[in-house]
Amino acid sequence: MTVVLDPTAELRPEARERVARPESLNGLTVGLLDISKPRGDIFLNRVEEKLIGLGANVKRFKKPTFTKPAPVDLRHEIAVSCDAVIEALAD
Amino acid sequence: MPDPNTAPLPDGLVAVVKKDCPTCVLVAPVLATIAERVGVTVITQDDPDFPQSADWVTYDADLALSWHNQIETVPTLLRVNDGSEADRIVGWSQEAWQEFTGLSGLGTDLPEFRPGCGSLSVDPNLSDELAVRFSGSTLTSRRIELASLEDDIEAMFDRGFSDGMPVVPPTEARVLRMLEGTNRPPSDIVAVVPPDLVECTVEKVAINAVMAGCKPEYLPVVLSAVEAACTDEFNMHGLLATTMPVGPILIVNGPIRHEINMNSGFNLLGQGNRANNTIGRALQLVIRNVGGGRPGGVDRATQGSPSKIGLCFAEDEEGSAFDTFAESRGFDRNVSTVTLFPGEGPRLMFDQKSRSPESLTKHFAEMLRVNVSPRLVMQMETVIVMSPEHMARYRDAGWDRARFLAELEALLMIDGDDIVAGAGGIEEGMPEFLAGHQLPKFPPGGIHVVHGGSHAGLFSTTIAGWVGGATGSVTVTKEITR
Repeated sequence: MTVVLDPTAELRPEARERVARPESLNGLTVGLLDISKPRGDIFLNRVEEKLIGLGANVKRFKKPTFTKPAPVDLRHEIAVSCDAVIEALAD
Repeated sequence: MPDPNTAPLPDGLVAVVKKDCPTCVLVAPVLATIAERVGVTVITQDDPDFPQSADWVTYDADLALSWHNQIETVPTLLRVNDGSEADRIVGWSQEAWQEFTGLSGLGTDLPEFRPGCGSLSVDPNLSDELAVRFSGSTLTSRRIELASLEDDIEAMFDRGFSDGMPVVPPTEARVLRMLEGTNRPPSDIVAVVPPDLVECTVEKVAINAVMAGCKPEYLPVVLSAVEAACTDEFNMHGLLATTMPVGPILIVNGPIRHEINMNSGFNLLGQGNRANNTIGRALQLVIRNVGGGRPGGVDRATQGSPSKIGLCFAEDEEGSAFDTFAESRGFDRNVSTVTLFPGEGPRLMFDQKSRSPESLTKHFAEMLRVNVSPRLVMQMETVIVMSPEHMARYRDAGWDRARFLAELEALLMIDGDDIVAGAGGIEEGMPEFLAGHQLPKFPPGGIHVVHGGSHAGLFSTTIAGWVGGATGSVTVTKEITR
């Protein structure tokens, strides 16, 4: 029998429990994260209109550059100030 | 790793011998004399009754004493004071043994000198097994047992560890052998690897280097490359996540090129050389397996390129008319370095007729204008791999790197009117406010020249870069240490 060493980070990220899906967005705060790709704002402006129409409050956030992960402080701010988040990918 | 404290030797004189060694057999009577006159502990490797049955003979049945005390030759004579080794001599030498034991007249009936034999603890048939037995426990990675009916190469594919080509199964023996390529302990943290931002140990790098097919002597290059890739400047995360077909391109300089037989000549960017073809691959396997970066996951490359498998090559420093690439990056030529350049696939630059440096430089400029797109300027750097026959044009004319770059950069000023969005009926292009300006194709310091290739062929290569600067990836050079 061959035994090999695990080449991975052995992360198996502990499955984090997601917040329960809200029945409605009415009165909830939804964060919109712009990753700073061109025209992402146009897409998010439309999403914002739709969300407000559903009774949600919207908070807008923006990453400094799309090429790097969102800074930890920004992630924390979103986590503590929003009930849900939508990240705008690009391309 | 061997640790004498794990298997301490007794104080006083200690001799390590095996029966299957003519020199040990020769000195057997001498050992008895030493035992009788000043005392000695004889550690025997292969026969508990050799050199004789006596209370001063200890059988090293599992070779732990020999292995942990790094006995390489038998006979070895040691002096141990307060549990630690003070001195050792190997083989038989009448004069040295007399001096070591303080017994004049010792072994005068024997030849004056006989070399020893290899210790059983370094026997090639046993050394891997012993390394696993005695130091395997120092490795902390999870053990994965493969089923006995499983093909071990197929098992690596099945578990998602492969980049698409067969990998060498990373058994403990292979990983321990790989770790002999560095002085760093296996638990050392090398870098925090994106995209999962995981702390990666020397051990994890070694495992992936085994899988890539590296030899132990390549490991220092791989470790330095992992460090360089995971700096904030190089921004491996962005390079991985971009939809462009780019990856980390490794350029090796300094003495280590020769020590590990890297290719800087024929086909240096292609197949055929083990170091060139496995070192870059090892880095990519670390990103894949430790960092969790996989195509279609965080790796969003629309089409990718063969460079993403792992492109690594060495500079032909000796044949260049310029300073070395590492020197141009601020390093001494006696230092070994690895430079990581964020780039796409290599592309030919053809010129078979230029005989003057002016003509060749003009033609290079024409060919470089189209890197990535003729309409993109000031954002992406480039590597030029200049062939020996092209380099000869500059050597003959007495041009150095500074002269070449100054002439080339002057030829790479682009008229903004031609490349703004909409110009010539093409919607792609630079912003309108750049119209009316002369714009450099490459950012300052953005042309990297490396010399390499075989001595026949009027072809050089450009490797186009990815977004540079603070919002992209900056070329990074690291010194390679053991």
